[in-house]
Amino acid sequence: MPIAVEVQDLHFKYPDGHGALFGVSLRIETGERVALVGPNGAGKSTLMLHLNGILQGEGAVRVAGRALGNGNLGQVRATVGLVFQDPDDQLFSPTVYEDVAFGPLHMGLALDEVRQRSQAALKAVGMEAYGPRVSHHLSVGEKKRIAIATVLSMDAQILVLDEPTAGLDPRARRGIINLLRGLPQTILASTHDLILVRELFPRMVIMDQGRVVADGPTTRFLADQALLEAHGLELP
Amino acid sequence: MLHIDLADQYRRGSSRVHRLDPRVKLAGAVLFIVVASALPAGAWGAYGLLFAATLVVAALTGLGAGFALKRSFVALPFALAAISLPFTVAGRPLAQFGPLVVSVEGTVRFASILIKSWLSVQMAIVMTFTTAFPDLLWGLRALRLPPALVAIVSFMYRYLFVLADEALRLMRARASRSGAGAPGRRAGGSLWWRGKVAGGMVGNLTLRAFERSERIHASMTARGFQGEIRMLATPVLTDRDWNALVGWVTFLAMTALIGFVF
Ligand SMILES: Nc1ncnc2c1ncn2[C@@H]1O[C@H](COP(=O)(O)OP(=O)(O)O)[C@@H](O)[C@H]1O
Ligand SMILES: [Mg+2]
Repeated sequence: MPIAVEVQDLHFKYPDGHGALFGVSLRIETGERVALVGPNGAGKSTLMLHLNGILQGEGAVRVAGRALGNGNLGQVRATVGLVFQDPDDQLFSPTVYEDVAFGPLHMGLALDEVRQRSQAALKAVGMEAYGPRVSHHLSVGEKKRIAIATVLSMDAQILVLDEPTAGLDPRARRGIINLLRGLPQTILASTHDLILVRELFPRMVIMDQGRVVADGPTTRFLADQALLEAHGLELP
Repeated sequence: MLHIDLADQYRRGSSRVHRLDPRVKLAGAVLFIVVASALPAGAWGAYGLLFAATLVVAALTGLGAGFALKRSFVALPFALAAISLPFTVAGRPLAQFGPLVVSVEGTVRFASILIKSWLSVQMAIVMTFTTAFPDLLWGLRALRLPPALVAIVSFMYRYLFVLADEALRLMRARASRSGAGAPGRRAGGSLWWRGKVAGGMVGNLTLRAFERSERIHASMTARGFQGEIRMLATPVLTDRDWNALVGWVTFLAMTALIGFVF
C-alpha cells in the first residue's frame, strides 16, 4: 500500500512575510492514526492546508504516492478530506444536505451517486434526519459531525481534522470521539485534547514554532512530563 | 448559544401553497407583481380581482387571511414617495388648500400606486412566508438567474447570522465593560469613548469577515470547487404544480385584460 502522507523539508511563509513552517518532515502510513499537537501558532493548521494543496510551500508533499502538483489537485482533494476547525467555514450552503453533497457534486459525479454518497455520509455520522435542516440553527456538536460528513461523502481515504473536539461540551466531545473511533480511514488530527489523543491516537507528533520537535508513541510522550510542559501541553 | 434570527420569515406548514414547487411560487409571485404594476391607473375592477386573489391565496396557506394583510403595511411609507401626485398632476380640481389644488386625476393616480404596491407586497409576503429560504434560492437557480448572483444571496443568507452573532458577542463584551463607575458619572463612558469602541468594532467585524471569506473559499476549494457552482437535481413539475401555474397565469391574463379594456 502506498504511504498515505509524505512531507519532506517543507517551508512556508504567509504572504505578509510571517514564517509559519521551517523544514517540516512527516510520514504517515496508510491506516495510521496520528495526533498533531503543539501550542497555538505552532503551524498545525498551516501544515494541514498543505496536504491538499490549498497552500503550496517549498518542499515536497506526496499524498497516496502522488506528488502534489497543479495537474493532480483534483484527485488529491478527493483523497484527502480536510475538515476545518470552525464548522461555520466548512458548512457554507443553505442546507445540511447541500453541504454534504457539495464535494461529490463538484467532483463531477452523476447525480444518483451524489445522492447515494451524501445519504451514506450523513448516516455514518448519525445525522440522517438532518438533511433539510438549515446549518445555522444547529449546535456546534451537530455542525462538527456534519462537517466530517462533508468529506466522508467525497470518499476521502485520508482524513485531516483540525481540532475536531475544540469548543464542544463533554457529551458532544464524547460523540465525536466515538465517531472517529469507528472510522476506517487514515487520520491526522490536530488537537490540544490529550485525552482524545490517549484514546484514539497511538502516535503523536509534537510541533512548535513551525517545526516537528517530537514524533513517537503516545504512551511514551504522555509519560514525559518535561517534554509536554516544554511545549505548552498539559495532562488533565 | 443565543443567536440572532434576522431574516427567517418562513413559517412551517403543509398547506397546498407550501407544497407547491418553489419555481411555480416564484414565477407566480413575480408575474402577479408585473401585472399589478402594469395595470393602468384607476382600474378598480382589476385591483379588486387581484385583492380577491391575495385573500384566496392567503386563506389557502393556512396562515389566515389577515396574516399578510397585517404585514403588508410596510409598503405604505414607500408609497408616500408618490404623495405629491394629487397636487402636481394637472386636471379637474377636487379640493383646494390655499395655493395647492388637488386634482381628481392626481388623486386617482396616487390611490392606484398605493393599492398596486400594497397588493404586490402582500403577494411577496405570502411567498416568503410559505417558501423556505433555501428552496427560494434553489428556485432562483432553477429559473436560470445568474449563478453568481444566487450564490451571493445564498452566502449572505448563511453568513449574515454568523456575522450578526459575532457582532452580538462584541456588543456584549462592550456592555459588560461599561459599568457605572463613580456615582454621578454616566455608565458607558463618554460619547467619544463609545464612538471609538463602535468604530473599532466595525473594523474588527470587517477584518473577521475578510478572514472568514478566505477560509470559506479554502474549504470550498478543498472539496473540488473550481469556480463554477453546480446544482443538484431539478425535479420535474408535478401535475398539481402545472395546474396551479396554468390557472394562475390564466387568471392574471384575464385580470390584465379587464384592467386595460374596461
Ligand atoms: N493567514 C495568515 N496570515 C499570516 N500569518 C498567519 C496566517 N495564518 C496563520 N498565521 C501565522 O502562522 C503561524 C502558524 O499558525 P497556525 O498554522 O494557524 O498555527 P496552529 O494551527 O498550530 O495554531 C502563526 O504564527 C500564525 O500567526
Ligand atoms: Mg490551528
